[in-house]
Amino acid sequence: MATLPSNQTDFELPLTQHPVDVAHALAPRRPATWVLSIITVVVAAQIVHLFLTNPNFEWDVVGQYLNSETVLQGVVMTLFLTVTAMTIGLVLGGVLAVCRLSDNTLLRVLASSYIWLFRGTPQLVQLIFWFNIGLLVPVLSIGIPFGPTFASIESNTLVTPLLAAIVGLGLHDAAYQAEIYRAGLISVDEGQLEAAQALGMKPVRVFFRIQLPQAMRFIVPPTFNSIIALVKGTSLVSVIGGAELLFSVKEIYSQTYQTVPLLIVASIWYLFITTVLNGVQFFIERHYGRGASRKSSSSLVARFFDRRAAERTLNRGMES
Amino acid sequence: MTLPLLRISELRKQFSGVEVLKGINLEVRIGETVAILGASGSGKSTLLRCVNCLEVASGGSIWVGDELMGYRQGSGETVRRLTESQIAVQRRNVGMVFQNFNLFPHWTVLQNITDGPRSILKLSKADAIERSMTLLARVGLADRANAYPRQLSGGQQQRVAIARALALEPALLLFDEPTSALDPENVSEVTDVMAALAASGATMLVVTHELGFARAAADRVVFMDGGVILEQGSPTEVFDHSQQPRTREFLRKTLV
Repeated sequence: MATLPSNQTDFELPLTQHPVDVAHALAPRRPATWVLSIITVVVAAQIVHLFLTNPNFEWDVVGQYLNSETVLQGVVMTLFLTVTAMTIGLVLGGVLAVCRLSDNTLLRVLASSYIWLFRGTPQLVQLIFWFNIGLLVPVLSIGIPFGPTFASIESNTLVTPLLAAIVGLGLHDAAYQAEIYRAGLISVDEGQLEAAQALGMKPVRVFFRIQLPQAMRFIVPPTFNSIIALVKGTSLVSVIGGAELLFSVKEIYSQTYQTVPLLIVASIWYLFITTVLNGVQFFIERHYGRGASRKSSSSLVARFFDRRAAERTLNRGMES
Repeated sequence: MTLPLLRISELRKQFSGVEVLKGINLEVRIGETVAILGASGSGKSTLLRCVNCLEVASGGSIWVGDELMGYRQGSGETVRRLTESQIAVQRRNVGMVFQNFNLFPHWTVLQNITDGPRSILKLSKADAIERSMTLLARVGLADRANAYPRQLSGGQQQRVAIARALALEPALLLFDEPTSALDPENVSEVTDVMAALAASGATMLVVTHELGFARAAADRVVFMDGGVILEQGSPTEVFDHSQQPRTREFLRKTLV
């Protein structure tokens, strides 16, 4: 039998006058934390000081253009592009995800190919491509495939920078959104689907009432990631002459040469839009978080509403 | 003797070439409770899942009442597989309780139970709530109607799952190891509810490891091994006078 080192077995209990109570123990000393904190605060203060005092920021110019008509028109166009492209992305992405998870081989191959193509090429290339679609297909027609045509239009007339932007951003976004949906859908436990099937629910109902609501918890955060990326991605449209936010400020600073303050104007608006989106995300996440936690609803307001709902259903149960 | 509600004939099932069910013949009469015992891998869960088409059988047939589960007989010899939607309609007559409860976590207890009566039986909201509250009272959980499943213990969740299955008033109830995921002290609250159901005349097919429940509540015990039914009979016949060495070995190991 090995003997323990003597310094571990051979000790005496410290004799103290008073019994020890750790209730009022002091916090441990952390000198490194203090030093790092002071450095961080100094650096942060320097950065803020730079922003406020460096004359090159020209804050008066920023204030002057922040609400100017050209800039506001750019903001409206950026919002319009975001909403339309997002709508295309959310709807088409959903269709693609369902196709990719389908039992039908043709649908699976089509969806996979779409995602492969639109996710695998740069968004900017796609935008320029759509803008120049007339070079590839000079005339667009409606008619019977390989048969007579009923109506036709020249591509260059139809495809304005705006349409090219909506199509380009939307189709690209759909490819990413499809994968976000798919990740969420396959994260739902198979037992959930089996239970729904065993209760006699038809496939469409299983999807919309059981699978999708549970998948939403995993779909919402990356979706907002991609919506925020889309807000900023609309700035690429300036390349094909779409009059969105970046294009608008460029138009101004190309004449006034106040490049820095106008880029700050654009940044402030982008930050404003993404901040609003962060707030929306918070509420949507809370909605789909129902039942996810073992604890009751966390906030006081939510608890109040939950109790009201509980009382209502109970009363109804008692009356009938 | 009452008519068989469930008739399984020559049922076969393969998983990628491996035969897990090798020609099962089993009948369950109306009001009868049949317990299926067997070691893991004996095919008992697969058998149960074939009954409501969660698994597609490789051969043989399953009748619940006058419905050929998963298929429709055409003219002459032809048999055509049903679509998922058509199978969904057949499943409404067969309730199932799972090992892992599988309550819908985004719905309250009450929503879990009322959804079927509301959407499938087209009951009014008030009627669906009344039926659900009656069922919840029957499983002793009327006070938890507005809780979410994750706020309940395993035993409570499983009792809600039983109430959910009963809400559609199915002719046949399937139980797939309903107590295997529970802490030992929660097992009896579930088996008590099941025993009461069996006594009230429900038709039940129960895959279980709870030998006590099988002995006390089952009308018939089936012992499965290697994809076949090795032996079946009354609880006394199987537990006390088994004819098969394999059954006796299983019982000895399980009872220890």
